[in-house]
Amino acid sequence: MTESDQEKIVKKSGKPTPSKRRKDQSRRQFLRSTALAAGAVGTSMLGFWPVVQGNTLRLRPPGAIKTPFDEQEFFASCIKCGQCVQVCPVKAIKLADITDGFGIGVPYIDARAQACDFSCDGLQCVLACPTGALTHDLDYPADTRMGFARLSRPQACLAVQGKGFKGVARGAEFDGLLRYDEVDRWNPIKVAEYEYDLELCDLCVRQCPIEIRITQCAEEAAKKTDSKIERVAEKYGNECPPVHAIALEPMEGNDGVKRMIPMIKDGCVGCGVCEMICPVEPTAIVIDIDKTTDSV
Amino acid sequence: MSYISESLRVLFGAAPKRPAAEEITPEAKEIHVYKKQNPFNKAEFERIYAQAAEKPSPHKWRNRRWITLILVNFLFLASFYFDVQLLEGALTASRFVGFHMADLNSALQVMLAYKYVVLNLVIGTVTIFILWLLLGGRTFCSWVCPYHLVAEWTEALHLWLAKKKIVRDHPFKRGVRSVLYIIFALLAFVTGYTVFETISPTGILSRAIIYGPGLALIWVGLLLLIEVFYSRRLWCRYVCPIGITYGVVGSISPLRVVHNLKDCHHEGDCRKVCLVPHVLSMTTKGRSPGVEQDVGADCTRCGLCVDVCPTGSLRFELKGLGKHLKN
Repeated sequence: MTESDQEKIVKKSGKPTPSKRRKDQSRRQFLRSTALAAGAVGTSMLGFWPVVQGNTLRLRPPGAIKTPFDEQEFFASCIKCGQCVQVCPVKAIKLADITDGFGIGVPYIDARAQACDFSCDGLQCVLACPTGALTHDLDYPADTRMGFARLSRPQACLAVQGKGFKGVARGAEFDGLLRYDEVDRWNPIKVAEYEYDLELCDLCVRQCPIEIRITQCAEEAAKKTDSKIERVAEKYGNECPPVHAIALEPMEGNDGVKRMIPMIKDGCVGCGVCEMICPVEPTAIVIDIDKTTDSV
Repeated sequence: MSYISESLRVLFGAAPKRPAAEEITPEAKEIHVYKKQNPFNKAEFERIYAQAAEKPSPHKWRNRRWITLILVNFLFLASFYFDVQLLEGALTASRFVGFHMADLNSALQVMLAYKYVVLNLVIGTVTIFILWLLLGGRTFCSWVCPYHLVAEWTEALHLWLAKKKIVRDHPFKRGVRSVLYIIFALLAFVTGYTVFETISPTGILSRAIIYGPGLALIWVGLLLLIEVFYSRRLWCRYVCPIGITYGVVGSISPLRVVHNLKDCHHEGDCRKVCLVPHVLSMTTKGRSPGVEQDVGADCTRCGLCVDVCPTGSLRFELKGLGKHLKN
């Protein structure tokens, strides 16, 4: 057999001209494919809707690169993996659902259900973030800017009413966790397992992570050391928050009666512990996400 | 080189080239001619199938793959649930015993949208690139992606319904996936949002497995319904940009499925089970340019063809390692 004979067998004779039916089929397939592309792109772009509406603005984990009204950069940089969720000792971080559109899989915090109490000290979520959506510029809780607390219902506040508080803060059914240093420095426990007995309710001040740290730093600073060299940096530590976040302050009401009222200070980072711990239903103190201490 | 360029061409949607006569090696030509002159008869096919029916495990590679896929996804879940720091995160980005890994497509989306890359993401991206380069690129799709597994199950349902003439497959132009790839890349860059991530069933399912189900699963369910009743494997075949990203990586991967012309009886069973049958064009009678022909980059290395081939003409091979990978 010659080479050309072989080729004849291998190579089929010229392309058949496409029949009308074939052409129709191809045209339909093209249209179908165009519709598919439009459908896929269209569906994905629906994700714009909640973003434009502003429905996606939420309390975000520490270090989230956002401004109070603009989360675009945060959404862009977040790779939606949830590593921040996994490292949080109090499980404060949740991932948004598809109802958040482009914000799907992006972490947020529902402070009333479970606030960030900085149990981890070292901002573990920030360290876990693989893309810098939670910026690594952040080292200490006092540096975070999540939001800003506001006494939204002063008339409901127990302190303003001059009332004390006895029992568990949010009822026996509440699942929220909090680190109580005096119980266990390293393991947060259920708020429902911790009983208070206060003559005047000051839960929002008492449990504020910034205030707790300030107190600890002050105690540390007051300690007499025997060492010859004063370990100033170690003693004061630059992780000590420089400014107070919240304090109970006297106030004179319209009726002339002197009462105490929680006043939010410049040191508030908006972690949301006050909102979580407030025993009043609904809460008397909330975190505004459209503000930070830098903007008020 | 021609393997890579042809492989990419087909990956992006072109129909596989029919090799020109001069491109066919003399050895291959000889086999083609021999087969043409001595067509396999019915008895021969019966003999082949009878022999194949005696294979000890007809689903060997599929089973291995399913176990791997389930194990990987379970490892994610277990790492979170039992707080063991083995494989933290989700399929979009994770840490394997502390070492960063980032899904190439998700990382690309983030880079395009954010226009800034932190070192950890570079490390994660490079790690994953090397990993899938060694393991075959789209191997990610069939061996790890949870959507692939559920789509495989619903595909079985589709095929069953199609056999009963209840549904009919509506194929699309494969090029639409490349068009969508470009559109999604542009959308990320222009809008500054990771637009594709919103509808990616891979990310949605991975997060649902690890962090619990959500409303996003409705979208995944909808896709599966479309695949059952309208178009077979619609998402993986015609939409998913993740497939293209890993396909490009796979074009230079040493792990490939190889077709042997000599043993092949051209029954075409491989193309029937294949997610991307265009990569198996060389299994058509008279089409293979060589005796040993590598399957292209769009191949997910799922092994269904290896399992189904009654003559053992398709096998996995790790280039450079010879034929150590036995099937």
